[in-house]
Parts: sequence; structure tokens; C-alpha cells
Amino acid sequence: MSQTTARPAHLQHHFTDVHQQAESAKLGIWIFLLTEVLLFGGLFCFYAIYRSWNPDMFHNAHAFLNVWMGATNTVVLIVSSLTMALAIRSMQLGRRKHTIVFLAGTVLLACVFMVIKYFEYSHKIHLGQLPGKWYFFEGIAGTNPHIFFSAYFLMTGLHGFHVLGGIAVITWLIIKTARGSFSPEYYTPIEMTGLYWHLVDLIWIFLFPLFYLIG
Amino acid sequence: MEHTIPEKHYLNEATGWKSWLMTLDHKRIGILYMIMVMFSFFLGGVFALLLRWELISPDKILMGPEMYNQAFSLHGIIMIFLFIIPSIPAILGNFVMPLMIGAKDVAFPRLNLASWYIYVIGFCFAVYALFTGGIDTGWTFYTPYSSETTTAVIPILTAAFVLGFSSIFTGLNFIVTIHKLRAPGMTWFQLPLFVWAIYATALIQVLATPVLGITLALLMLERVVGIGIFDPAMGGDPVLFQHFFWFYSHPAVYIMILPGMGIISELIATFSHRRIFGYKFIAFSSLGIAFTGFLVWGHHMFVSGQSDFAAVIFSFLTFFVGIPSGIKILNWMATMYKGSISLDTPMLWALSFLILFSIGGFTGIILGTLSIDVHLHDTYFVVSHFHYVMVGGTVMAIFGGLHYWWPKIWGRMYNETLARIAVVLIFVGFNVTFFVQFIMGTQGMPRRYATYLPQFQGMHGFSSIGALIMGVGFLLIAIYLIHAIFKGKPSGPNPWKALTMEWETPSPPRAGNFEGAQRLTHGPYDYDKVVPENALKQYKTL
Amino acid sequence: MKDDAAQRHILPLNLYLAVGSGLLVLTVITVAAAQMDFGQMNLLIAMGIAVVKATLVAMFFMHLKYDNRIYMLVFVGSLLFLGVFIIFTMFDTLRRGDIYEEISEPYLKEAVIYRTAETGTASSHAAADSSHTAAEAETETTDH
Ligand code: HEM
Ligand SMILES: [Cu+2]
Repeated sequence: MSQTTARPAHLQHHFTDVHQQAESAKLGIWIFLLTEVLLFGGLFCFYAIYRSWNPDMFHNAHAFLNVWMGATNTVVLIVSSLTMALAIRSMQLGRRKHTIVFLAGTVLLACVFMVIKYFEYSHKIHLGQLPGKWYFFEGIAGTNPHIFFSAYFLMTGLHGFHVLGGIAVITWLIIKTARGSFSPEYYTPIEMTGLYWHLVDLIWIFLFPLFYLIG
Repeated sequence: MEHTIPEKHYLNEATGWKSWLMTLDHKRIGILYMIMVMFSFFLGGVFALLLRWELISPDKILMGPEMYNQAFSLHGIIMIFLFIIPSIPAILGNFVMPLMIGAKDVAFPRLNLASWYIYVIGFCFAVYALFTGGIDTGWTFYTPYSSETTTAVIPILTAAFVLGFSSIFTGLNFIVTIHKLRAPGMTWFQLPLFVWAIYATALIQVLATPVLGITLALLMLERVVGIGIFDPAMGGDPVLFQHFFWFYSHPAVYIMILPGMGIISELIATFSHRRIFGYKFIAFSSLGIAFTGFLVWGHHMFVSGQSDFAAVIFSFLTFFVGIPSGIKILNWMATMYKGSISLDTPMLWALSFLILFSIGGFTGIILGTLSIDVHLHDTYFVVSHFHYVMVGGTVMAIFGGLHYWWPKIWGRMYNETLARIAVVLIFVGFNVTFFVQFIMGTQGMPRRYATYLPQFQGMHGFSSIGALIMGVGFLLIAIYLIHAIFKGKPSGPNPWKALTMEWETPSPPRAGNFEGAQRLTHGPYDYDKVVPENALKQYKTL
Repeated sequence: MKDDAAQRHILPLNLYLAVGSGLLVLTVITVAAAQMDFGQMNLLIAMGIAVVKATLVAMFFMHLKYDNRIYMLVFVGSLLFLGVFIIFTMFDTLRRGDIYEEISEPYLKEAVIYRTAETGTASSHAAADSSHTAAEAETETTDH
């Protein structure tokens, strides 16, 4: 390569230029998202099959989820997705302070999401609406209502873990941003985390109606 | 011609164990993988020999039925998850693929190293399971048995789960590398066919392995927490586990064979000294296999109680999986036709592959036939089928590849005479071991039993003799290959006079692979245009 | 080398806000729709709205509309294979009863966890119990 411009510090030795490096990272994260889709996919398959076997039970059991909490959480996650997108946009424009504010907002909303989840979970645990053999609630008609709660806890639980993971990574991003590691030329980690966070939102967009609205 | 080893290369560029354990060089990571994976192969082989030993007679020789269950489970789990799935991509893919596309490394070297460490963790879990109760479910972990048996199911599931991540990381890394790091000017149709095969494999790895992850996680939860989704007593469905498992594991058999096919494409072109016939057909059939492989998993479940509707569809679709493999075989034969074939050791492995894999593939079609499989399922016919594809196919390819690239990896040549003896031993030993198993299977000998009816005595004994021959063969290979690392004659950069790009580097290559950016001077199979010499960058133009 | 700025495609603030509000509005609609009963259509409506929302997120927040098509391919590909997984599995699970009526249903109507330890019979749920026997009777008649 005839380029004589100095290689930026964040450019690794095996890439020819920043562009190639950024594109590689992006393709990498998209393939990672693909694996996430198939990971959750197993559980969606599980849900679809047991729902098709026990439609009435699923309908009866879903009435015991709190639509308002679920809807609030949906709103919370959507807004957090928006703040995440805006954090990236701010960095593209070089407004570092705004980026930090938006990232912090995202973390805050994610925490709100988890707190609401906590209240939902503890209520269900208290009532005995639990997965598998732990189930002891009485009052849901239909075959084997514990299966509904197996699906509910597995899917929202796995999703919750992803939210926790997101919180950790975004917090790390805030620190890095504050230290000035990112610039309009290089903000790949923020962009990657953004894609991840939107996928977490996207999965919730399906979980919400499947459990809270139609069961 | 006398060759020398270059003064500085990736092996001696940095020294000390830390320089190996912290290395980001794809070539060194390939070697780290080689050590672990080949050790697993050895372990799995020991279990195989124990199994065959026990089966010399229907009476108890070494172990009772419980021990036998443990032995075949460990044999299967080690061979599948620790050996054959990582083998070609993680060892040879890691080492050669970046060289072949003119890249300085894989796209994410740290992820690459991480995948090796994750593999090691998975390996440790498997060994832990081995010493804390063993495992007797078979490599398929079918419920409800796996949720009830008292053996170390959780550690072994953790092992397989963890190993899955290692596989995903490798696949992800390779896809990005092949997309983004090809040498400037290298188009998709100038890629060596090994790279196409690795690419198709990587696609399966990232698409199928996450489902294995969630399946094993569900099984663990079923066992530990009792979520009941696979438990009929709780309204769950054990057949669902089989769907989840085979949605991964049928595509996984293509994770095992596709890279092997890639190696065979290279070997056949190089040793026929001829432009490969039907390049695009071979390339696209790899993608075709990757895709159709996802549509047929139910052929493992014909007698499991799945609906007849599903069974018929899966059987019908299974017939189509044979087509892409058939396309490859025919194109390889057409390449050899009128080529000037030299029968060096790697080519002998390739020819063994052609014969054995064809038998394995055809018997697969037989098993895919719904009505026939009802009789043959869970007999030695199945055992023989998958050994013909996995050993007769993949293992032949691995060793073909190792012999082919050994001079590139170490810069030194092995003893050709011993190597040829070894191929013959393995080829003969393999057929002695497994061909009779087809016959036993059709006569009703069920798999996974420690004993058998007296009528099978002769064939089981014969089979065990074959296993011994193979064992001797592999031992021989280990000896002369390791010897070659230290004492072999320097091979020069391009001993086989091949045209793919990895041969344009010195042997062993330098740490950063290429000096400056690599330029494409000819296609990977332009044997009709240039004649390569066994020296760097020297070609005669025809 | 491609132009970096074009790569980065900075979208206008208003677009983000519009998409965000669109998502919130759709959330309200889907919750409202769920309060009414459209019978069979419930599932379709809820999933339809979810798909629209997901598309908005993917297209604008995740920039799929502006980025290299390959990312779109990766994403759509993942959904395609997920579809194969679910649909092919359902070829089995939905048609178990084609020949043998009794295996078209879950193996046990009442999980063991609902049985009291002493009697070994199903506990309280009267409703569930009667549906159990009804299903059994049905199987018997179709058996003839
Ligand atoms: C032409 C392509 C192939 C076809 C049509 C095919 C078909 C089948 C069928 C129908 C079975 C199920 C038999 C039974 O359990 O009753 C089977 C089993 C098996 N096949 Fe293949 N196969 C093919 C290629 C391969 C390849 C390339 C591999 C591996 C490299 C492989 C590995 C296996 C294994 C491991 C099993 C046994 C699984 C178990 O433990 O139950 N097959 N094959
Ligand atoms: Cu299969």
C-alpha cells in the first residue's frame, strides 16, 4: 500500500486501514446477533409448540401476568433503544458530553426495566406461579399451567440476563467515553453495543405480546 | 535440490511458553489446537480400542454392561465434540486459511485465542466428568434417560455447551476473515476451494451451534431444576429434545465433513496437476450442503414417534442431501481424468477418502429411506454408515491435509515410505473393522450392547482385528510425523508445486505471514498457465 | 477507499424521534387491541404489530436501511433458519394424531406434580379433571 499516513493507534496490524477494521467488526457483531437470534429461537420454538398443544391453558395463564407492568417495560426499553441510537449519533457529531448523557440514560432505563422485572418475578414466586415442579399455584384452568411459567421464566430470564450484560457493557462505554477513547473517527465499540442493545429491545418486542397480550 | 530452513519464522520468532499461551498468531493458535485436538483423538481412540476389545467375545472380558455404556458414551462424546468438530477448521483452517487468502491474520485474533481457551475449559469439564461418575447416555444425551441417570451428566453437558461456544467463535471469525481480509483483487471465485468449504462450515457453525447451546441448557435445567419440558410425566415431550438435538447435530455432520471435502479438492487438484474441474459447482455445492443440511434432521427420528407426516417429508428431503456430495465426487473424478496423477502420500489419503466416503454416502441414502430405516435404525448398519463418513471421510481428509501441509507448518518433510505404509494399514484396517458391520447390521445386530448372539462371533472378532490394525497405523503416523518436526529434511517452500497462496511463503512462514500486502499473480488452479517451482515466487509460464 | 462520512450516515434527529414515537404509538395500539377479542385474529394482530415494530427498530435504529445489504442478509437469514426450525418441528408436533388419535395430545393431561402424594390421584382442579375424562372418552369413540 502506498499510503504513508501514520496508522492510528486503534488500528490492528493485520488490517490495511481503519475502514476495513470497522467493517470487520460490524460484520462480526451482526453474525453474533444471528447466533443470538437462534439461541432465543430455541425458546421461541418451545413456546410455539406448547402453545399449540395447550391453547386454552396458555390463554388462561396469561391473564395472570400484569399487562401494565409489561407495557411499561416495553416503553422503557423502546426509549432506552432511542437513547442508545442518539448516543451513537452524538458521537458521530463529536458531541462527547451528549453521548455520555444518552448512555447514562440508557443504563438508567435498563435498570428501571430490571427493577420492574424484579417486582413481577417476586410476585410470581410468592404466588407459586413457577416453572415445572416448583409450581404450586391453584386457580389456572387447563392442562399443565406450569409449562406456561416454564416458558415465561426461561424466555424473560434469558432476556433479563442480556439486559444485565448490556448494563455492564454500556457502563464500561461511559467510562471509556469519559476518558476520551472515542471520536467521530473511531466509535466502533459504541456502535456494536448499540446493535446488541437494539436486538435486546427487538426480542422484547416479541416477548411482550406473546406473554402479556395473547398468551 | 537442497533446501534450508529460513532463519526467522513464526516458530522461533518469539520463545518461551508464554509466547505460545498468549500468542495471537493464527498459525500458533492452529498448533495449540493441534496439540489438544490430537490428544483428544488419542483418548477417543483408546476408548475405541477398549470397546473393540470387549467385543472380541460375547462374554465379559474387560468390562460389564455398565462400564461398556460408559466407554461408548465417552468414545462418542470425545470423538464428536472434542475431536472431529474442531479438528479441520480449528487446526488447518486456522493455520492455512489466512495464508490462502493472503491475509496477515484472522479478523479477530483475540477471539481466536479465546476460542482455544474455551476449548480447553470444555476439555477440562469432559475430563472432570470422566473421573466423577462418567457418563452413560451416549453422545446424543436423549431424555428421559439423561435426566435420570446418576452419572456425571451435568459436567459433560457443560463441556459440550462450552465447546459449542468455542466452535461459534471460530466460525464467526472465519466468516468475517473470508469476507473482509482477502488479498486486494482476490475475488470470491479466485478463492481456493478449501476456503469455500471452511466458509460454508462456518455458516453452519454459527447457525446451528446456538441451538445446541439452548438445548443443552434446557436439559441441564430439566435435570437440576425440573422444568419438565422434556418430561412426559409433567406434560413435556421427550421427542422435542430429539428435534432440538438433531436440528444441531445433523448440520453438525456437515461441520465434520465439509472441511474435509475442502481438503480433498486441494489434494486432487495439486496431485493431478490439473485445473480443477467444475470449480463453481464444487464451490456452490458446499453452500448447497450447508443449506440442505438444515432440512433433514428428522431422519434420525423415524422410529422415535414423530408424526408420519414429518417422517415422510424428512425422508423425501434426505434424498436431496446426497446431490451436492455427488456433484463433488463427480467433479473430483473428472479432475483426475487425464490428469498426470502423482501418488504422493496426501493423494493416497484423498483416494481413500473418495472410495470410503462414497460408501458412507450411499449407505446414508439407504438409511434415509423411511421404510428401510425402520429396520436398520439402531443397528450396526448405522454404526458402519457413520464411521464410513466420519472416519472414512473426515479422518482420511484430516490426515491427508496434515501430510500435505506438514512441510508448510514445520518446514520439514516426513518419511515418505513409512507414510505410505501407514495409509495402507489404515485403509485396510478400516475396511476390515467396519465393512462386516454393515452385514451384522442387516442381520439385526443392535448397536450399544456389550454382548451379542453367538452367530455374530466371527464378524465381531474380525472387526476387532481391523481396529488393531488401524491402531498400529495411527501409532506409526504419530511417530514419523513427530520425528519429522525435529529431524525431517527441509522441504522448501513448495514441495508439491501447488499454486494456492500459502505456498508462496517460506516454510515455515514468517510471523506476519507476508511482507507488505500480498498480490494475486494467478488463480489457485491455473495449472494450465503456470508451472510452479519448488522455490519462492518462481513460475514458468506455459 | 470508500468515503467515511457516507459510511457513517448520520441520520437527522427528527427521524430518530419519529421512529421512537412510532414505536410508542404502536405499543399503545397493540395493548388496546389486546383488550378486545378478535378470536383467531388476536395472534395475527399482535404478531403483525410486533413485526412492524421490529422492522422499524431494525431499519432505522440498527441502520439496516442504510447499511451494506450484507447485514440485512445476515439478519433475514437468521430469521429464515429460525423459521425452518419452528415450522419443521411443527410438522411433527401438530400432526402426531394423523394415525393414532391418542398421541395427538400431551401424554398426560395432568402432570404428576398436581397429584397428592398419598392418593396418587389428581387434586383440586375440577375443571381440568372433567376435561381429562372427556378427552379420554373421545379417544375411545374414535378408536372404533
Ligand atoms: C449423503 C449424505 C448422508 C445421508 C443421506 C445420511 C443419512 C443418515 C441417516 C438416515 C442416519 C440415521 C440412521 C438411523 O439412526 O437409523 C444417519 C446417521 C448418522 N450419520 Fe449420516 N448421512 C449422510 C452423511 C453423513 C455424514 C457426512 C456424516 C458425518 C461426517 C454422517 C454422520 C452420521 C452419524 C454420526 C449418524 C449416527 C447418529 C447417531 O448416533 O444416532 N452422515 N445418517
Ligand atoms: Cu443426519
